[in-house]
Amino acid sequence: MSKTTTTLALAASVATAIAGLSTAAHAQSNEKCYGISLAGENDCAAGPGTTCAGTSTVDYQGNAWTFVPAGTCETTEVEGDRMGSLEELDRDLPA
Amino acid sequence: MFDAIRPTLPNRPGVGYKAQHFNDIMADADPVGWLEIHAENYMGMGGRPLAQLRHLSEKFPFSVHGVGLSIGGEGPLDADHLARLKTLCDWLNPASFSEHLAWSTHDSAFLNDLLPLPYTAATVKRVADHIDQVQSTLGRHMLLENPSSYLAFAESDMSETDFLAEVAARTGCGLLLDVNNVFVSATNLGYSPQGYIDAYPLEHVGEIHLGGHDEDEDETGAPLLIDSHGAEVVDPVWALLDYTLAKTGPKPLLIEWDTDVPEWSVLADEARRADRALTQTAVAA
Amino acid sequence: MITTQTDFRTALLDPNSPPPEGVRNPDGVQATKRFDVYRNNVAVSLTEALETAFPVVRKLVGDDFFRAMAGVYLRAHPPTSPVMMFYGEEMPAFLAGFGPAQSVPYLPDVAALELALRHSYHAADAAPVAPDALGQLAPDTLPHVTFAFAPAVRIIPSRFPLHSIWWANTHGGKNTQNAEPALVTRPEFDPQVDVLTPEQAAVCTALMGGEPLGQALRHGGADFDLGPLLGLLLARGAITSLKT
Repeated sequence: MSKTTTTLALAASVATAIAGLSTAAHAQSNEKCYGISLAGENDCAAGPGTTCAGTSTVDYQGNAWTFVPAGTCETTEVEGDRMGSLEELDRDLPA
Repeated sequence: MFDAIRPTLPNRPGVGYKAQHFNDIMADADPVGWLEIHAENYMGMGGRPLAQLRHLSEKFPFSVHGVGLSIGGEGPLDADHLARLKTLCDWLNPASFSEHLAWSTHDSAFLNDLLPLPYTAATVKRVADHIDQVQSTLGRHMLLENPSSYLAFAESDMSETDFLAEVAARTGCGLLLDVNNVFVSATNLGYSPQGYIDAYPLEHVGEIHLGGHDEDEDETGAPLLIDSHGAEVVDPVWALLDYTLAKTGPKPLLIEWDTDVPEWSVLADEARRADRALTQTAVAA
Repeated sequence: MITTQTDFRTALLDPNSPPPEGVRNPDGVQATKRFDVYRNNVAVSLTEALETAFPVVRKLVGDDFFRAMAGVYLRAHPPTSPVMMFYGEEMPAFLAGFGPAQSVPYLPDVAALELALRHSYHAADAAPVAPDALGQLAPDTLPHVTFAFAPAVRIIPSRFPLHSIWWANTHGGKNTQNAEPALVTRPEFDPQVDVLTPEQAAVCTALMGGEPLGQALRHGGADFDLGPLLGLLLARGAITSLKT
């Protein structure tokens, strides 16, 4: 790409981006805010008594670990071979 | 020594501030006259938490209540954390800064709980040295809060009230008297809560905490109360508050509710009950 | 009998270890269940902190797996700071090396996104540039312009459909099969998550690294169209100043 083309293409992109802004900003202001949980807050309260959470651990190095991931990952399809092609895409990105 | 001009906590009810109550409080906080925050939740660089504080601090005096400094820790205080506390206090200019008679950090692991201390001369010295460091760094006096205890140490050779009196005398710090913690510890360790108040150095009290607790029992069937901050203040704790206020006169009273936080109206009801206790004290005096 | 904080801490985090010898019930007998109150406070409070910090990771693997995994994590990586809002920094690396989670290979990226959301939420405030500031520049200076980004902006690279996996677990819908890096911005107080193409992520990362626009564009390949990325960054208030 010659210097002139780059400059022209850039100017055009900038113009497009700015022209699109009023609608983008509008869409955003109407968007439902998903918020964020106030994660990991500190407090000075004690936990619920003497439940077994503090007195049991499961050693995953040993043979006691019996849990398998069993949430929405079971319906999240991320196919191995497809992922293979994604890896290639990743690798092919110009550095 | 620490004579900067700053607001004082009024002898009125306050509540532990929760972000979900922002709009309620800005609209009508009555009878709440001041707010307390847990310092560590306002140690980000910006965003909504600090913006809310900026708005609220134009209307209310604040108490900054640290829950993570580990003042009873065997190791040195975390200098980075002390610096964060200073940044927050310098920015907010709260009426009060308080922390706990407890430890929570050891060998650089923060355990996120207020862990107990043996009451000995060695612990007095360590806690007093740390409080000296906090007070000189922050440029203000602090209040030290009595813990909720679930067990005792074989090595303890002084009472908690003597321990607190000694620390206050050495450092000039004030005390935050948590009457729910007194009730919880007294029940758990088998002493009289009124006797504790009688022995407590009440002249140093700058603030009183009230909160709810859970009931459990130990392996022998003895009652074991847990300081959960997840329920209404129980009647015996209100009675212990009345007993205390009769001796001290009106003080800033804080309702703490940290888990299963209810809607604002429930907290406001608790604050009204605290307000009545204060009014009765004022009438009696 | 002295109970050191090393004794106390060791027993707190290791359920197989007996309570320290010097802790007592009111009758003078060594405490066991009463010590468990502290063990429980530590384990439950840290587990709950992780549950609120990583809600999508939790949803993906289920409550039972997450809680058991949290028990391993909190003992391997107890907090190193009293500021709990950022607890869980090692979660992406931990999950990448955690045997039982290997069947969910995108989990570390989801954890990285959830960490980024919290950092974004608490990041310093910053005023965005006027939307047309770029349009005011002479066209021949555009290749040399560099951008400063708001402290709340983050890019989470991913070779997985990270954005749509996250979206499906927070808003609903199905995930795609594309590589979807995520852009985290904070227009005011609530972080936003937007999808990027790998090419957009590469260009944006270069811009955030301080490369001038003309140079950064080379990371997008020959047919890269700057318009959509620039429009998104400006709409989200991600750019705080321009320098030529």
